[in-house]
Order: sequence, then C-alpha cells, then structure tokens
Amino acid sequence: MQFDPFVIPFNIGLYFILIYAVVRSVRWFSNLSRPDKLRLQRGFFGSAFGRSLKEIFMESLIHRKILKANFRLGYMHMSLAFGWFLLILFGTIEADIFGTRHLNPPYKAIFFKFFNPDHGRTGFEAVYSFLMDLILAFILSGLILAVIKRFSSKVVGMKKTTKLKLPDKIALTSLWLIFPSRLIAESLTSGVYGTGSFLTGSLGSVLASFLPANQLAYPFWWLYSLSLGTFFLLLPVTRYMHIPTELFLIFARNSGIRTGDQSGAFTEIQTYSCSSCGICIDACQLNFSTGITNIQSAYLMKGIRNNEDVNDIAFNCLMCGRCDRYCPVGIELTPIRMIRRRAESVEPPEKSLWSRYFPDLIKIVNTRSNGHPAFSWLPQIKTEATEVLYYAGCMTHLTPAIKKAMIRILDASGMNYRFLDEAGGVCCGRPLMLAGKDKEARELINFNSGLIRDSGARILVTSCPICYKVFRESYYLEVELMHHTQFIKMLIDEDMLRLRFLRKKVVYHAPCDLGRGSGIYDEPKDVLRHVARLQPTGFDDDDSLCCGGSLGNTRISYRQKNKIAADAASALTKGNPEILATACPLCKKTFTTVTDTRVADIAEIVAEAIAPNPPELKKHVVKELYREPADMI
Amino acid sequence: MDKFGFTLVKGRRIDYDSNDRSIAEYVSAHEPSFRICIECGCCSAACTTGNFTQFSLREIQILLKRGENDGVRDKIKKCMLCGKCTLVCPRGVNTRNVILLIQEAFRKNIKNAV
Repeated sequence: MQFDPFVIPFNIGLYFILIYAVVRSVRWFSNLSRPDKLRLQRGFFGSAFGRSLKEIFMESLIHRKILKANFRLGYMHMSLAFGWFLLILFGTIEADIFGTRHLNPPYKAIFFKFFNPDHGRTGFEAVYSFLMDLILAFILSGLILAVIKRFSSKVVGMKKTTKLKLPDKIALTSLWLIFPSRLIAESLTSGVYGTGSFLTGSLGSVLASFLPANQLAYPFWWLYSLSLGTFFLLLPVTRYMHIPTELFLIFARNSGIRTGDQSGAFTEIQTYSCSSCGICIDACQLNFSTGITNIQSAYLMKGIRNNEDVNDIAFNCLMCGRCDRYCPVGIELTPIRMIRRRAESVEPPEKSLWSRYFPDLIKIVNTRSNGHPAFSWLPQIKTEATEVLYYAGCMTHLTPAIKKAMIRILDASGMNYRFLDEAGGVCCGRPLMLAGKDKEARELINFNSGLIRDSGARILVTSCPICYKVFRESYYLEVELMHHTQFIKMLIDEDMLRLRFLRKKVVYHAPCDLGRGSGIYDEPKDVLRHVARLQPTGFDDDDSLCCGGSLGNTRISYRQKNKIAADAASALTKGNPEILATACPLCKKTFTTVTDTRVADIAEIVAEAIAPNPPELKKHVVKELYREPADMI
Repeated sequence: MDKFGFTLVKGRRIDYDSNDRSIAEYVSAHEPSFRICIECGCCSAACTTGNFTQFSLREIQILLKRGENDGVRDKIKKCMLCGKCTLVCPRGVNTRNVILLIQEAFRKNIKNAV
C-alpha cells in the first residue's frame, strides 16, 4: 500500500468538490421548470449530447472564443485549463501503466513522482517523462502570464481586469501555488534519484547540487497537496465555481433552454458560470468612452452571486448587447439584467461564509404595485380597416423627416396603408420594460394590440427598432411585422419602388435593438447598396457601436451620453462619408448633435432616391408588377 | 368699503413653511440635473402622454419644488417613459430618471407629510 499522510488534504478537497458538484447539479436540475427538465433530459440522450461534448472541449478547455478575440489572454486560459486537463489525463495513464498496479486512486496519479521516484530513466519511460514535463511547462507559461496580468493587465491585451474579494484572493493564491509547488517537489525528488526530464530533471539536479533535496522535497509535496485541497474547498464560494457550472450550462444551452424573461434555475446557472474574465469590461462603451468601470456584466454576475444590492449596476447600462456578443461563455447577460431590473431595491441580509456554500435559489422580488391600472386614461381610438399599417413610434414623431420620408415611400409604392399614430400614438411599452415596469408595459401592449387587431392589417411596418423589438418579442400579433428597412427591401425586390442611384458615400450604423437585439443586419445594407455607395466602417453587424442615446440607461448624465455618441460618431465617420445612415430615429437624433456629417435614416435616403417622375412604365406592365394588396403574403 | 384692500387668496398661496419639499430633495440628491431645470416646458410640448391628457412634467417639477406633492402622486403614474422629454430638453436634464425617482419616492413613502 503506497500511502503518505500528505495526500490527505488533497483527498479531502477532491472528494468534497466532487460530492458538492453532484449535489449542486441535482439542486439546479430540480429547480428547473418542468418543460426545461424535459428539454434537458431529451438533450442528454439526444444529438445535443455530442454537441455539448464538442463545445466543452472547444470552449471550456481550448477556449477557442477567447483565443480568437485575444490570443495572449486565450493562451493564458488555455494553458491553465487544457494543460491541467492533459496533466490529469496523462498522469492517470502514467500511473496506470507504470505504477505498481492498475486502477489507482486519484492521488496516485497526482503524486506519481513521490510514490515512484525511480521512474523515467530509460526508453519509453523517459519519453513519457518528457511529455509530462512539457505539459507542466505549458501550464507554467500560462501561469506566468496570469501573474503578470494580475499586476499589469495590459500585458495580455486587456485594458481592465476584474477586482477580487478575499475568498477569491485566497483561492487565486492557492491556484497559483499548485503548479510551482508541483514543479519544485518533483524537481527535488528527481534531483535525489537522478530522474526526471528536461524541466524537473535539470532543475532537480541544479537544486540537489547545493540544497538538501532529500529533506526539502517532502515539505513541498505537502504544499502541493495543501494548495490543491484549499483550492477545491474554496472553489464553491469563489468565481472558480464557473469551472463545474459551465459544464452544466453547456448541456442546458445545447438542450434548448433559454433565459426567457423569468428568473429561475437557468439564470442562476448562468450567473455562476461567469468566470469574471473581464472581456465584457473591455467591450463596454461605458468603459472606453466614459470611464465607468464598475457596472459591467462581470460585476453584475458577481453582485448577484454575492447577494449584494445590484440595483445601481443593473440600471447603469445601455442595454446595447455588446457584452452578450463578446462573452466567451455565451451567458445571456442582457436578458439577465432585464430580469434584475424588475427587482425591488432592497438591502440584502448579511450572509455568512458557510451559507454561501449552499445559497438559496436566487429569487427576485418584483416591485410592489397597488394593482390599479396605471393607464386608465388611454384614449378610445377606432382604427380603420387596412392592409398595411404604419406605426411610426414616439421617437419617429420627434424626427419628422423620417415620418415624411416613409409617407412618401408608402405613397410611391401605391399600397393601401393607414398611419396608426398619425396624431400621436401610445408608446409601445419597451421603455417601461427597460425600466423594469413590466406590468405597466403590459397595459400599453394590450392597448396597442387591440388597435392593430381591429385594423385587420396584414403587415405592420414600424420605423423604430425599439418598437420593432417589443412587437416581435412581447406582442402576440397575427401580422407580418416589418421594420421599415425590411419593408423597403421588399418594395424594391417586388419592383414596387423605382429608385435612382445616388452617387454618395454612405456608412451604415446598425442600431442595437435592430441588429444585436433583433438580428436584422442584411436588409438595411441591401437597401443602402441599392441607392448609394455603402462603405464598411469596421464596426459592422454585431460589432456595431451604441449611439449612447439608449433608453436603457437612466443613470448616466447628458454629458456622458454625448461623449459616447461623439466617440461612436467619430469612429463611424473615419472614412469621411457623405451620409451617416442609420435605421433608428433615436440614433439619428443622438448623432445629429455630435457630428458634422449628415445623419440620415435609410427611409430619408430612399425617399430622396425616388425617381421624380416614375420611369415610363406601360400601363399593362404596371398592372403586372403591382399585385393587389389582398394578394400580399 | 370694508371689502376694499388687499387680501391673500388661500388657493394661490405657496406656503413654504408647511409644504413638504422632501420629495424634491430626494430627487435632486439622486439626480442632480433635476436642479438645473429652467421650466421651459419643452418636455411637456413633446410629451406622448401629454398628447392625450393634462400630464405635464413642467407642472410636476414646479409642484414638487414648491412642495405641493398632493397633486403629483396620481399624475406621475401616467408617464409612459418613452424618453422624448430627455431628447428635447435644452438643459440636459435626465428626465426619465427624474420621473422614476419621483415614483420611487412616493412608493417608498419618503417623509411625505402632506
């Protein structure tokens, strides 16, 4: 029996964390809603299983997304995760092949060198020792980067790194100690027996030449075991909880579970999956334009995990979705923030460290309301029957040029349309939702739904991406919903709109709620290409910037908003375009004040391009081209 | 002749001694831009709710600053938070946050004696 008391701390830590991970997983599973449970079961025994395994390998071990975004940071994460994984895997194989017997307890693989110090002298054994040394060197290279990053984050290409709490610091120190102590322990043992490969062997012989290696090795084996044990014991209360949680998250996500708009077990899993890597901080415009560095999603997740009052963090956000796009774990950060905004701001009770091992399910207490309808004053409006319904939205009324342009386009298309909010309409409800007032928003949604239903329209066109997003996600409408860029694209494709080509250089700014929020990237650009020379900006598609005028943020001041807008505008107009085109009245309004370039909505540009006298079309051709509105769809 | 002379019409008098300005103070503490409002009324002119009702953010500002909170309590709920007022404000007052803070102050029953 090969045993030594120093393996006890490691064994305690290892079995604790294994049992803990199982208990937490069972708890999460039982807290999932019934449909989600079924999804997870189906996913576990279906094709999602393979996809999950692949994703775990690519993302949790290799860290492909981080590598793509930032090689040095990715290398750091990869060397620690993948390197450690390889070390355990090959260590187990080593213990199995070269050990005294097969099927060893885990500690045999981890402390193989201590129990088999004479191993690795010749032949295949030496090659294997070389491989093990190579893996250790791989991990240590990443560890050096990690230590440097803690003190100077610029080295790994990060402008900001996350700030830590006390348990995090202890866990981090023990994590940092694991591999150097293994290196020194193995080297000293190798030095005594004259074994080891290029790393442990050479270092061992050097150390053994002037140190009493035989006596020193044992304390370092103790240190190695202790740091492993400490790390495992502290893991549940630190950010390293993301290591086991992320596995669960990947399985759940591949099984089709989504955040939705209710808080629950899946939200909690995502919260614990955040590794506080800090990539969201670098992606955030509030960080690089206004220097606000304490409200990014990593801090929101940390605040929720630590049961802190995150009200200020939750509301100080543009809700542009850039962090969702960059998050290497793929956490749905903006939906979680939306859920959090509904919570009442309360001072959370102080929690002991022990209770943080088994936290209650994260519960969000919705803001109290008195139950009376808030919008009893809503007017009685009758809508007339129509085929196409145009809903301009509040913001479009503030930028009448867009409204006029849309009327011009609708008139030119010859379609049978009605202007729903010609005399000013009722808000779509999304601003209220962004402020966490879902109940009030629902009243507006019901009101507007009634209007749209009464009109019997088949197509609902809106000019405002904010309205578009809420119509798409929170209204239950039986109409084809279109943003005006999609509508114009359809008119062009169907040849219902004849346009001239304007010889103008145009750049396109994708609004957050239309692009990242609703996934519409191509139609606006297609329309622009049809009428002007569209140029790339370097911030295209899902990489687009926020204009800063977002209704999502109620905390930043007018000056800070302007700073974000000015930075975004100057980044977009670097190529000196003649027009900065956008598809959102709010973006237009925000950009107009901060740039000298002409800012115009796509509808305005298209209205400008409408041929003054429709090209000579023969009557029968027109009839062929123009389908009766009743035949639409 | 006994009806001759000056008199105070009670309904038109602002009694700063008995009025409660705590809500205005709560709002300006959390949103300092509330103080720089010049009561020009652009917000009320642009208002979506004001299109249908008598809702006026300008009026609310004035009432709160006087400490006449009674009238505000019901009015403030009418806002749809669409944000047009923020965009038209010539002083850069963060009006959406002002409205949210007023609602919060009433909900929390910040020392509201009136």
